This record gives sequence, structure tokens and C-alpha cells, in this order.
Amino acid sequence: MKATLPLTPSQTVGPFFTIAMSNCENEGRLSSPVGNEISGMGEPVILVGRVFDGEQNMVPDALIEIFQADAAGSFTNPDFLGFARSHTGNNTDGYYLLKTIKPGATGSSAAPYISAIVYMRGLLTHVYTRIYFSDEIDANAEDAILAQIDDGRRDTLIAQRNDSDGVVTYEFNIHMQGDKETVFFSI
Amino acid sequence: MSPIDLSQHPPFIYPDYKSSVSRGPLQSPIDLVGLTNQRESGERSGSLVNRFSVGKLDHDLIRNGQQGGLPLGERMVVSGCVVNQWGKPEAGVLVEAWQANASGRYAHRVDQHDAPIDPNFLGVGRCVTDRDGNYRFYTIKPGAYPWKNHPNAWRPQHIHFSLIGETIADRLVTQMYFPGDPLLEYDPIFSAVPANARERLISNFDLGITEADFALGYRFDIVLAGINATPVENDLDEGGHN
Ligand SMILES: [Fe+3]
Repeated sequence: MKATLPLTPSQTVGPFFTIAMSNCENEGRLSSPVGNEISGMGEPVILVGRVFDGEQNMVPDALIEIFQADAAGSFTNPDFLGFARSHTGNNTDGYYLLKTIKPGATGSSAAPYISAIVYMRGLLTHVYTRIYFSDEIDANAEDAILAQIDDGRRDTLIAQRNDSDGVVTYEFNIHMQGDKETVFFSI
Repeated sequence: MSPIDLSQHPPFIYPDYKSSVSRGPLQSPIDLVGLTNQRESGERSGSLVNRFSVGKLDHDLIRNGQQGGLPLGERMVVSGCVVNQWGKPEAGVLVEAWQANASGRYAHRVDQHDAPIDPNFLGVGRCVTDRDGNYRFYTIKPGAYPWKNHPNAWRPQHIHFSLIGETIADRLVTQMYFPGDPLLEYDPIFSAVPANARERLISNFDLGITEADFALGYRFDIVLAGINATPVENDLDEGGHN
């Protein structure tokens, strides 16, 4: 194996990242090139959730980024940018909110999912997780990744679907520690 | 074995940094590559380079926050090369930066540090690396600022950086520091980095980047994981990217 360069180490995103990474700060004087919406053909869905620390306190300054395939399950569609971000300081309830389309399955033994990256003050290196969908019961049962997660922890990767007034919302909460600690991945 | 080597990054729990104790995960991350026995996954797929566009003044923090006057402080050029771990320059990477003003105050409603706000400085910049992997910002040297972590805690002067490279596996959020800062040894965020990796977060004063009669130059090169890149054939220049 070839020698590799040492990586630049990670540092926490800190408490003030929203001045650079959110369009609601600075009265829009310098808007971010990364928004909270992914647009494309497919079923429009809203993804919301909160982040909790080890004392079950809501984390009001977490950044959530998502990356996903398009509705056909492709990651390489040049007309589709499957990346967006939101944060939990948008409102006093501490919910992040992302608008997207439901991704397609990316293989025969894969359920549809959205990859998520979580950052916050207090977190020195970001963490990766996956968001699967509660209404994909059969596909989830066949998924090669979910199958290898302990039964007691698998539910931490499933977003709960809610249909009301024709709007589809999936709720995906993230627990950094505790009984419900979210499964995080190294990739 | 994941190529994203967590031993080169700070641990999730570093007790001297108080908020890490309840916010860092306690369970080990599960190795996705090991689970699937294959190197393909969504996290290693797609291409995020050259997918984000920036405004003409976005890289120029000296000018992009002006409201009728110049920002106060020592002007700097911060520049460097973004490469992957095999030394290949990474073009089209979105580099975002944010920082306090010269007095140590962020233009953020939550920052209550009793230091003056500079009406002509937003402290926000972004640019896209050129074909040789280079980025460049014009800015003001940020001030140190106090925080509540421990008695008399002050953050060393720093600029926050975020980089979106080829895939989300390359994602990096970090902080750039300054050479000779006496606060570094007291800072638990900096010290959480493994000892042999800390110097990679310290920029170097560089006369070649310095612009005559205008701004002092600092060089900060960045190495991303770059998991999808093909290793380059020629030998690495060992000292070249620290
Ligand atoms: Fe800071």
C-alpha cells in the first residue's frame, strides 16, 4: 500500500456556523450556496427532527447535512444535486427541516435511504448516519445494512412517516447518547 | 478497515472540552465497508465538486461585509492547496470560512462577548478551489475571545473552515490557527487533536503570499480523505503538505 499524506484533523463546527451555513443569518447579505432543499422528480417529502444530548436535552445548535440518490436510485444523475443542509436553531422548538424527494432504492438488497452528517458544538469530529423510511417495511427487511444492525438499535435509523393534508413528513430524531443512541457509521 | 482513519481526528469524548462529554456518541461507529464487504455505498458515490457556485466577492471578507466603510484590523491573505491523501490536488471543492472580527466578536446574535461589532465585517467567506486545488481568501485577522469552558478560558485566534469535496466521505470541518499563539496550549478543542497531528492545524506566515502594502500572507494547506481518488503514480513530496 502506498504511503499517504496525514489528513487535516477535524474540529468542532462551534456555535456560530449559521453565519456561514444558513440563509437566515446576516439578513441574507451573503446567502449560502447550499440550501435546505433538494429538487427533482419524485415524491416530495419533508424531513424534520431534533437532536438530543446524553442528558436528553435538545441540542439547539446542531447542523444536519443530507446526501441522497434521485428517485431512480442514481447517485450520478448530473441534473440532480442530492445535497442539502439545515440546522436546529431555526426556531425555539429545535427542529431541523429539509425539503426533498424520496430517493429510490440503489440496489436489489438495498432499501431507500438518505445519508446524514451531524455536526454540533461539542462534537469534535462529525458523525454519519442513515435515514431509512418507516413505510418501506419489506425493503427494510431485505436491506443488507439494516440486517446487520442489532435488533435493539435498528429503529434508530428509521424515520417515521406522517401524512396529513397531502403533505408527507418523515420525522428523524438523533440521539447522541443513551438507550436510544443513534447508530453512527464510519464510511 | 475504513480509510477514514478516526485516529487522525479528535476523539468524540474529550473531557477537558466540557460539552463533548454529553454530545459525543459513546458507541463506536459501525464500519459500513465492513458490513457490506464492498467499497461502494452512497456515502462514497456521486460527485459534489463544482456543484456549488459562489458570488464574486464571497472570497473577500474585507469587502463583502462593507456598509460604507472598511473593516478594522490587520488585513490577511489566507491561501492554500487542497489535496487528497495521495497528494492529488482537489479542484472544484467548496471552501467555506467564518470567523470573529478583529475584536473577537462574531456577527451572530448568540455571541454576547462584550467586544465591539464591526459594522463593515460579516466574517463569512467562501470560494471554490481552482484546477490546481488552490483557494484564496482576503480577510482580517480574527481576535481571541473568551468562552465558558473553564476559568479564564480564551479561544486562540482561529478561522473556521468547511470543505465539500468529491463525496461526503471527504467532508471536513476544521479550524485554522496561527503560529506562535500562546493560547494554543490551553485550548482543549485544539488539544483534543492527537499530539502528532496538531501542527497540521497551524497556518504558516508566508512572504510569498503576502501582498505588498496591502495584507500579510498565511498559508494553510488541507488534506482531505479523498477516498474515491486514484493514487498518483509518482512518489509523494513528503514535506509538501503540512
Ligand atoms: Fe470560533
